[in-house]
Amino acid sequence: MKRLVIKDLEKCVGCGLCMYACSRRNARDPEIGVSKSGILAVSLSGFERGATIIFCRACSEPPCAQVCPTGAMTPRKGGGVFFKEDLCIACGNCMEACTIGAIFRQENGKPAVCVHCGYCANYCPHGVLAYEEVKS
Amino acid sequence: MRSKVLTIDLSRYKYWVEDRKDLFEEYIGGVGVAVQLLKEELENAKGVDPLGEENVIVFSTGPFTPAYPLASKTVALFKSPLTSNLGESHAGGRSAAAIANAGYGAIVIKGRSRKPVYVVVDEDKVHFRDGRVIWSIQDSIVTGRIIAEREKGRGIRTVMRIGGGGLNLVRYACVTTETYRHFGRLGLGAVFGSKNLKALVVMGRKSFKPKDKENFRKVYDEIYDLAVKSDAMKKYHLLGTAVNVLPLNEFGGLPTKNLTEQRFDKAEEISGEALAENNLGRRIACAHCPVACIHIAALREEYETEKYFYKTLMISYDYELIYALGSMLGVGSREGLLKLIHRVEVYGLDAISTGVCLAWATEAYKRGLISKNETLLDLEFGNYENYIKAVDYIVSQPNDFYKALAKGVDEASRIYGGREFAMAFGRNEMPGYNTGYGAYIGYLIGLRHSHLDGAGYSIDQKWKDYSPKELVDELIREEQWRQILSSLVVCFFARGIYKPEIVVKAFKPLGVETDENELREIGKKIYEEKLRLKKKMGFSVEDLQVPERVFEADTPQGKLSRDYVKEALDYYKEIVSKI
Repeated sequence: MKRLVIKDLEKCVGCGLCMYACSRRNARDPEIGVSKSGILAVSLSGFERGATIIFCRACSEPPCAQVCPTGAMTPRKGGGVFFKEDLCIACGNCMEACTIGAIFRQENGKPAVCVHCGYCANYCPHGVLAYEEVKS
Repeated sequence: MRSKVLTIDLSRYKYWVEDRKDLFEEYIGGVGVAVQLLKEELENAKGVDPLGEENVIVFSTGPFTPAYPLASKTVALFKSPLTSNLGESHAGGRSAAAIANAGYGAIVIKGRSRKPVYVVVDEDKVHFRDGRVIWSIQDSIVTGRIIAEREKGRGIRTVMRIGGGGLNLVRYACVTTETYRHFGRLGLGAVFGSKNLKALVVMGRKSFKPKDKENFRKVYDEIYDLAVKSDAMKKYHLLGTAVNVLPLNEFGGLPTKNLTEQRFDKAEEISGEALAENNLGRRIACAHCPVACIHIAALREEYETEKYFYKTLMISYDYELIYALGSMLGVGSREGLLKLIHRVEVYGLDAISTGVCLAWATEAYKRGLISKNETLLDLEFGNYENYIKAVDYIVSQPNDFYKALAKGVDEASRIYGGREFAMAFGRNEMPGYNTGYGAYIGYLIGLRHSHLDGAGYSIDQKWKDYSPKELVDELIREEQWRQILSSLVVCFFARGIYKPEIVVKAFKPLGVETDENELREIGKKIYEEKLRLKKKMGFSVEDLQVPERVFEADTPQGKLSRDYVKEALDYYKEIVSKI
């Protein structure tokens, strides 16, 4: 299956274009901002050390889904999760459970998580991200 | 679009939010809105002490933040402690995106805290944090680090802070964001310092929706493609602004050794090419900008006492820093230049003003106007080690001389003489373009107090024998359009992309119908409003003085004539009197 993958993390300049792309990804309901973004560009303890991105690494046994009390977050075949927003009660358990902090808070308190659609990779001008076939 | 304005009153530790749709609809955002907010706050603009409780800071973003790439700047307006007139400063980093994502079009900071604080804006909440322990930390990088570790918002926040320059009220101290971007020029750092405000942190994850969803994505793609696939940003994409060093040197436009020379024999050493090939360690970007023009040099320095131990400093450079702390001071050693830039960065000083002040001091020392009693060390062009110590003195101000120098070159030369070679215009130290009439008249009449005002240097490079009136008209015409760019607020480096037709197109999906004529009219209106505010603060064309050195120096247009400059200023005076 296809997934969002990191080609070369060291090339990240921290521009965050991926974050804004993620919030625009839904063609019927694009957003301006970062509320729905499931990816985050950060500096590495200050920009003097460069930058990197954080997003769901598509675990095969995702801890976030395991702690979801309502079934809003469920494991996806091949790794990662499905997220059904209407089932979510915004308890935040998933955000706490993610070891790498890759689940973010939306404006409404519910999680924003990468669903590996690959839209952001089209807007990574520096070759950090790609969307490609991976072995499960 | 964001039209909410957050006001923070440091005197009363209170804050409130108002929707100022009226202002954002009429004046776009950025500088257009900020002028109005400042005008409302500073009723007695002339009498306001820039370092007094009554001064006000406005931070403002634009309608394209963060809708489109390259709209990555924040405008700061305040009364400048350097010039006692309007202070305008723009910074990138994550400042604009963070303010917009927190839900605001603008943030106003007024009053003065009784104790040192730093302020955290977390969407709808504002926290006044105890700043006493970190107050005296002179290093802006360390300050940023401490606050970043204490506060949340990693990746979506801006940490604006001051270093020793702002703490000690150096009138040209800047506010640093994300280590490598600055609200430079005109002393916002000193205003922070005077308010007992060590830092401002802003964060948020709010979004808004475009009116026309489908076209929003289409227009976005068009702008994105222009940014990454066309040549529009190439200059900044490759060597960055440092690409200017060699052409300007060849052109005879590179101010050298306090403008006693216009070409620097060591220009090759400190050129963008040499820095990129030998020192460039990394490139980073402002939020939502694909260009990544922030060039950071890696300087490896061996410990003084231990072999094979190194510290590696990461130092950002740009053309203006290379001019002000390089050629203007005769510093031709790349390593020396980088060390000097680093010291200025640590204290959070405006690099241009610092370099010009030290260049004047060097010449004044050489001519005997001041002695070692004042300077406390030998100031000589090229001696970067002593310049580094002199920067320490500008911040610590151990005697009257350095106290004066911390007030700017205009003030210091009023006291110690040498006004004829004190390179300031309207009390603000000159940027690095000795290109001719366009540049100098631009410094005098520009409303943003930078070389990026009316692009005088660019007019000079394509000089067409303009009469003084034609030149002033041309500078104003360009400057009026730039009021639109700085109201949007897009990076001026992206002006080749955000041409009127693209701006009109980009507004549409956001629900704003406009056209090029209307935009130009608004640009003119903002220009006039800004000039009115300047006049209210005491600006007068008669007070403008041109240092004699300008007429002694060679320029690519030959020696400049006093009559030409006088005619231009007389004409400008007429224009100002009608507004």
